[in-house]
Amino acid sequence: MAMTEQRVSYTLDSSLETIDSAEEKATRIATELGFGDDEIMQISMAVREGAVNAVLHGNAYAPDKKVTLAFEQTGGDLIITIRDQGTGMDLSKIPNPLAPENLLKTSGRGIFLMRSFMDVVEIRPTQAGTELKLIKHVHGPTAGGKEASQ
Amino acid sequence: MSMKVSSRQVDGVTVVDCSGRITLGEGSIVLRDTVRDLLSKGNKKIILNLGEVNYIDSSGIGELVSAFTTTKNQGGELKLLNLTKKVNDLLQITKLYTVFDVKDDEATAVKSFK
Repeated sequence: MAMTEQRVSYTLDSSLETIDSAEEKATRIATELGFGDDEIMQISMAVREGAVNAVLHGNAYAPDKKVTLAFEQTGGDLIITIRDQGTGMDLSKIPNPLAPENLLKTSGRGIFLMRSFMDVVEIRPTQAGTELKLIKHVHGPTAGGKEASQ
Repeated sequence: MSMKVSSRQVDGVTVVDCSGRITLGEGSIVLRDTVRDLLSKGNKKIILNLGEVNYIDSSGIGELVSAFTTTKNQGGELKLLNLTKKVNDLLQITKLYTVFDVKDDEATAVKSFK
């Protein structure tokens, strides 16, 4: 773990334990920052879904690949960054989970939930894998806010 | 807290009392195995009582959908009972509230089976 006044980051294994750990860290930090109960749940669930994507779909549980998780408070925002070392994902191939033909699919709701719960969701490929950025305004609107993705 | 389940029979309907978290890994597997076991024994009228389920993630949602479709494909019915606010909100957001038959009273849920 590395820590500064406004930023804390973790390097984690590609395991199920990392997913639970990421959620617990998000819950603790959101609580410390004074978010309300509903917002804490939204932040922790968004981080959990991001960690699931990194561990399962990004690193595919590979023991030699790591997930980095960082929390940063900047101005009025909580910025959470999750990076994996996988091959990346093609967002255009992720179907809309609300479309009638997709409602009974058993997967494909993770990014949708992140977008529902956070003010900004950005997903971009990097040289090493995929970077997910989640932003929640400290005193901003709660669920269903705007989003930015690519 | 991991997920725990216990099943009981009420007027020919199997009520599965669930508690804890339905998430990727153990929670989802417990739910999957429970429903498959019930169906294999011919119990095709199933109520999942989620009153003590305090957390569910996208994998857990997927497992609920899987339980619903698996039961339906075998000629059965699966309904949900006593949703907590968190689970209710998730089903609303994902539009799955329109898919599941959701009840908030056990007696009414049991009677609703054909």
